[in-house]
Amino acid sequence: MSIFEAILLTVITASTPLVIAALGELVTERAGVLNLGVEGMMIMGAVGAFAAAQLTGSAYIGIVGGIVSGALFSLLFAFLTLTLVANQVATGLALTILGLGASGMLGEAFVGAPGVRLLPIEIPVLSAIPYVGTVLFKQDLIFYLSILLVIAVNWFLFRSRTGLKIRAIGDNHASAHALGIDVIRTRYLAVMFGGACAGLAGAQLSLIYTPQWTENMSAGRGWIALALVVFASWRPWRLLAGGYLFGAVTILQLHAQAFGIGIPSQFLSMLPYAATVVVLIIISHNRRTTLINTPASLGKAFVPDR
Amino acid sequence: MRIELEKRPDVSKLYAFVSPLLALVLTLAFGAIMFAMLGKDPVEALDAFFIEPLLEVWSLHELAIKAAPLILIAVGLAVCYRSNNWNIGAEGQFTIGAITGSYLPIVFYDWHSPLVLPLMLILGALGGALFAAIPALLKAHFNTNEILTSLMLVYIAQLFLDWLVRGAWRDPKGFNFPVSRDFTPEAVLPAIWEESGRAHWAFIFAIIAAIGVWFMLRYTLKGFEIVVLGQSERAGRFAGFSSKKMIWFSFLFSGALAGLAGIGEVSGSIGHLQPAISPGYGFTAIIVAFLGRLNPLGIIASGLVLALTYLGGEAAQLSLGLSDKVTRVFQGLLLFFVLSCDTLIYYKIRIVWSRLRGGAA
Repeated sequence: MSIFEAILLTVITASTPLVIAALGELVTERAGVLNLGVEGMMIMGAVGAFAAAQLTGSAYIGIVGGIVSGALFSLLFAFLTLTLVANQVATGLALTILGLGASGMLGEAFVGAPGVRLLPIEIPVLSAIPYVGTVLFKQDLIFYLSILLVIAVNWFLFRSRTGLKIRAIGDNHASAHALGIDVIRTRYLAVMFGGACAGLAGAQLSLIYTPQWTENMSAGRGWIALALVVFASWRPWRLLAGGYLFGAVTILQLHAQAFGIGIPSQFLSMLPYAATVVVLIIISHNRRTTLINTPASLGKAFVPDR
Repeated sequence: MRIELEKRPDVSKLYAFVSPLLALVLTLAFGAIMFAMLGKDPVEALDAFFIEPLLEVWSLHELAIKAAPLILIAVGLAVCYRSNNWNIGAEGQFTIGAITGSYLPIVFYDWHSPLVLPLMLILGALGGALFAAIPALLKAHFNTNEILTSLMLVYIAQLFLDWLVRGAWRDPKGFNFPVSRDFTPEAVLPAIWEESGRAHWAFIFAIIAAIGVWFMLRYTLKGFEIVVLGQSERAGRFAGFSSKKMIWFSFLFSGALAGLAGIGEVSGSIGHLQPAISPGYGFTAIIVAFLGRLNPLGIIASGLVLALTYLGGEAAQLSLGLSDKVTRVFQGLLLFFVLSCDTLIYYKIRIVWSRLRGGAA
């Protein structure tokens, strides 16, 4: 395997969780709900996936465990913000704080345990393509899923009836309600989809990225995923591109550390976070385009009138 | 079964008072169940967690030590959140305040003067404020989401501290451990009441800050401005208030308090810089602010409660072999219950059993 292929492979591994988690949040935000708990749902997914894989010995059951943990955990957020109309920002933070704590407690038994790695699946014929074949077509299931999800979500949001309803709710929940769309129910589902995606992203971390359990292993990726949604101006394809850009920055700094160029490792480790800030500035400095792209009801509470 | 909300005509004064208490009780009940599931006697565990630490003088001092940074930071955050500015990067401002405050005692190690300590505190507050100025600038002039930028800066601050104590500021006689030199006695924040325990002046600062901000919010124009702009930016504009200036004010103010908390903690409790200087005070302070219902006097009480969860966690770890992670779970649960109970203040909650919309009633 050439260096080029090796680097590309690590970039994909670093980008996939960002893309998946951000895609889930994109759908949630399109429905007008701002869930800042991505980091918490992701880490719960990571621990859930790791535990399920440990107990059954199957990485595939691990994936299911991750998705289910993320989705169930997001229900907590949905109940508070949608049924009890609690402040979405504060509840999202609560979800992250609780997720980091609870995952640490639940995962304590697994610290140091050798993980179950999810093995790649080789797609015949395609994987023989020179240079990119082994990189793109001898990958694990979660990578394939991430690409399929981008395509599916893009179609769903912009080509399907339900997608139209979701966007309508996100832009004006009062009108959507007046048209007879069940705002709360749809938002519940959108939040749970976000949770499931964050859980899947967490599963990728604890089954592929580093197949073991360490506390706080999400290391801020959930927050970067949130920034990605803004970066992508709520569009799935841009999100895919952004995810890979961030993945590349992460890997770049790791390689730079390995080569031992003159910059202290701490400053290189700052790069993904600094890049997030810079990208946010570039994307949001134009007030008008931000206003056009942002779902108009994002973060606002909705109480149906009767 | 369905839950329906009905808006109260007026904010319920009763529930505004009862809701944080209800949240506490629910957290304790939930905690008892959690302890039972972990195979511990719930009564014994709750006793070790929440009662034992209150029975001895030295541990009351520890309570004050842990409450000080929480209250200082949370009071600043209350100003932010009330004015609708979401600074969640207090942990980073705390860290930078600790660094800038430590500049004198580490770099000018041999300078002995009674001026050292006051200068350290000022530098710490300045450092925190300057670091908070970054998200303020980005929000006010580039329209950038302050939640994400302030949080990203936490990671950057922590890595910067890590670099400092492993590199330029490492103690030359420290056997290569990543710690700075120990502060000289002039640079250490004195104890309040030395004969009985360790609690230092940071706690006094915290109480002063809380009372000061309470006064500001209640009796001054600035306080009115904060509240009005937070509730309705449009109304604030009509009153001639500038939301841009408020972004600056709230961030610089909360950053300064977080920075002061940072240098207070390093100077008063730790005595040198090291890679980890905070068990997440900046994030826990968010819970403190909400449990105190963004009211500075309430924050004093809630700061003590959250400080107790840290202490209780340590105590229960020693006496019952409980995981130290339990503390964070408790804190997370508490915030959840606080936020859900707050619904009672603004809404009447009805549980509807029939499937008919609106019910027959």
